[in-house]
Amino acid sequence: MTINTVINAAGRSVPLEINGQPVIPYKGVGQHRPTGRKYSPPVPTCSDYPDDGNKVVGSLEEALRKCGLIDGMTISTHHHLRDGDLVSNKVFDLASSIGVKDLVWFPSASFPCNDPLIKYLDDRTINRIEGSMNGLLGQYVSEGRMKGTAVLRSHGGRVQAIQDGEVKIDIAVMAAPTADAFGNARGTGGSSACGVLGYAKADYMYAEKVIVVTDNLIDFPCFPMEIEGNYVDYVVVVDKIGIPEKIMSGTTQVTKSPDRLLIAELTASFLEKSGILKDGVTIQEGAGGTSLAIAMFVQEILKNKGWKFKFGFGGSTHHMVKMLEEGQMGFILDAQIFDPEAIRSIETNIRHVPYPVFNAYNYHSKGNLNSMMDIMILGATEVDLNFNGNVVTHSDGYLLHGIGGWQNCLHARNVILPLPLFRDRIPVIVDEVTTLCGPGELIDVIVTERGIAINPLRQDLIESVKGSGLPLKTIRELKDEAERICGKPQKPQFEEKIVAAIKWVDGTIIDVVRKLKSQ
Amino acid sequence: MKKSIAVAGNSGPKVRSDCEITLELGTEGGITIDLTSKVKVLYGESIIRLASEMLNFFGVENAHIKINDSGALAFVISARIESAIKQLIDTDLDYLPGFIEENRYSTTRDRFRFSRLYLPGNTPSLMINAGLHYADGIILDLEDSVAPEKKDESRILVRNALRQINFYGAERMVRINQGERGLEDLDFILPHNVNLILIPKCDNAWSVKRVDEEVTVIKNKLHIEDPVFLMPIIESASGIENSFEIARSSENVVAVAIGLEDYTADLGVNRTAEGMESLYARTRLVVAAKAAGIQPIDSVFSDVNDMEALKQYVLASKALGFEGMGCIHPRQIPVVRQGFAPDENEIEKSKKIVLVFEAARRKGLNVVALGSKMIDPPVVARAQKTIDLAVRLGLLSCNWIDEVPVEEK
Repeated sequence: MTINTVINAAGRSVPLEINGQPVIPYKGVGQHRPTGRKYSPPVPTCSDYPDDGNKVVGSLEEALRKCGLIDGMTISTHHHLRDGDLVSNKVFDLASSIGVKDLVWFPSASFPCNDPLIKYLDDRTINRIEGSMNGLLGQYVSEGRMKGTAVLRSHGGRVQAIQDGEVKIDIAVMAAPTADAFGNARGTGGSSACGVLGYAKADYMYAEKVIVVTDNLIDFPCFPMEIEGNYVDYVVVVDKIGIPEKIMSGTTQVTKSPDRLLIAELTASFLEKSGILKDGVTIQEGAGGTSLAIAMFVQEILKNKGWKFKFGFGGSTHHMVKMLEEGQMGFILDAQIFDPEAIRSIETNIRHVPYPVFNAYNYHSKGNLNSMMDIMILGATEVDLNFNGNVVTHSDGYLLHGIGGWQNCLHARNVILPLPLFRDRIPVIVDEVTTLCGPGELIDVIVTERGIAINPLRQDLIESVKGSGLPLKTIRELKDEAERICGKPQKPQFEEKIVAAIKWVDGTIIDVVRKLKSQ
Repeated sequence: MKKSIAVAGNSGPKVRSDCEITLELGTEGGITIDLTSKVKVLYGESIIRLASEMLNFFGVENAHIKINDSGALAFVISARIESAIKQLIDTDLDYLPGFIEENRYSTTRDRFRFSRLYLPGNTPSLMINAGLHYADGIILDLEDSVAPEKKDESRILVRNALRQINFYGAERMVRINQGERGLEDLDFILPHNVNLILIPKCDNAWSVKRVDEEVTVIKNKLHIEDPVFLMPIIESASGIENSFEIARSSENVVAVAIGLEDYTADLGVNRTAEGMESLYARTRLVVAAKAAGIQPIDSVFSDVNDMEALKQYVLASKALGFEGMGCIHPRQIPVVRQGFAPDENEIEKSKKIVLVFEAARRKGLNVVALGSKMIDPPVVARAQKTIDLAVRLGLLSCNWIDEVPVEEK
């Protein structure tokens, strides 16, 4: 089969059709402007629902059957239960036993706990996954074993795809740590608390049918309602929706690695000396060990100067909470929560506010929270000489990560990537990224343990740190240093077959992942 | 032929940046290479090319080599392969990776040795980024941190590390083994620009002199002109009793260190946080070093998580007269460096003393009061030492005296 491809605005060869649907090649940052009206779900009538508001049905299977589950449907789930999720896999266990085929799973992210779904990809219960692919699922896709083509979107791109009608969710199965019989639900309370449900909004608003699954049914009204019962068709009560110790991420500890601490210290120092860090700016950073170390160093600077962040955007951790409570952060706006300290905070502190990605990351929103952020700390698997970034594949060509909010966050004023120059002999700074996920024009600074490279497009930043004593290098110098230490790597060999499409935040195709040549 | 199968290097779930080589010599069938590597897609070809080239270099024609790689850099892989080959055949050849230009620097007798980072000599993952933390010295350790059965392979790894890893200007140190093995170690490391040799468990001047003589022999043979200094480590009661003799046993001795774990064991007492059991030994060593005009260096601090306790230890150590200590974790380096460097108060006070004394001397006085304290020449000499240190550390301008307003002079 020949595939029609074109070269997109980022210079990548991309197809004009994915999974039988026409797609648009990437046109450049902010260039794609869809017109018309947003997709809308069917019109429901309240009299079709129980007068007493009790939408509880006997089982998840019953709910799926009542939703009319058939071959080829698209089923969405959110990832707030992370690696402790017991609901997503259950949906496909049931679908398999019911005997439906060729489903599309549309999760907001997948985790290692979802690896058992590979058997349903094998037996075609699931045709494809449109969402992040990690670990074994990524490997499965990279080896070309999934029937359909994977589609990877950012968190915001996922909302865009729903609003454009590019993905029509047939059934949204929304796990809820606490819910009432009407379907109102929230992320706090119960034994499977995850804090907030910031990824559920587009799903429950736009899906044809919505099922809320909870292990903590309380009396009406469940408040605050992050999922509004008015959008919900059925409520299912189960013993357990998640494994608590796996719901809270295990990664929210400050790194102990001296090399990572060094990178964190350099990053904080760069923020200070460049003048980016000052009173009243805003920040977003991840929950990884290096990010937390940066937060720690930055907090010290703020304390010494008597400065304060106007707000920080979550996922929140106990370190953000510490800044909030010690007076270095005005508000936490939060789309997901990583540890119990942060749950305690959002339950008790009115300045810790749920803020769905629907509002924060949405391409079709009237304004962009991301572009209001001053400091954005992000990761990457690779960055190239043009500052292009890759977050989904490793240098060996394997698809191993989702995009998350990464692409959306690139729109911040100062995008800073603290990265090791190499990981176990694998250079992170390369000639050309294996997979393009974010255009270099949006990536401003790379901080490595062996030096800091500033994007030449940011002459203002280059000026700001002149004479600062920081170890400034060009991106090429960093790349050469990595190659001198590690040796120049070979390139992975790919076949023609496209196994995954990488969407830009606006729904266009920025790049694809091809099948790895078997060795 | 010594034996038929050799194993070198390390593998396992926690091993990074290393590899394990299993080499079996044969009599026919040529070379077969079996590579397992997590970086195979990126470096598989170059690893196989390296292995073939090395077997050819050592004249091995028939062999099966198994490489189990965990992302080792090329100089690590070549060290492991060379170790395996040398277990099986007698050869005078060495397979040397290139010597990087950045490491071609020399040292001086009186450079600072506040912090020096110990690196186990057979653990490549800890070596690669070690220079980034700006310790005054980097110690590649062939002695206690290397298991007895790994001693031979660590020599080759350390040799390659000296040639290939950029230590960013840190003084390049190696701790050799005790006794005869230590003398043999010198052959492996001296040709690769070692700045300083640490000699463990020195009980007397002779244990330093024999190393010094061997170093001289090798330096003459190889026409090495840059200095190779010595730092004996005293780790026993008899060593403490002989500390002055050890300190002046050779003009190449620039510092003498104390090793308290072995010293307290020798005394049959526990090493405590308060350190009363070693106070005599430590002060005696300081006096011996100062009398010999060299730097006294304190023992390492073994709790890598307690930075506050480390800080207190460093301040106490400095108060006794020590001029540096060993570090066993990179995070200890800044604490140690800041601790041994003079602080702002010390510098300010020293400046005042020097200024007051200068003013007094212009009036023909040799003693003067500053507040309620008497200032006489030894007090001034000490203040001047602090100022010299601050200037050398860049904490004070060398023209500071010209920058003081006239009315304060």
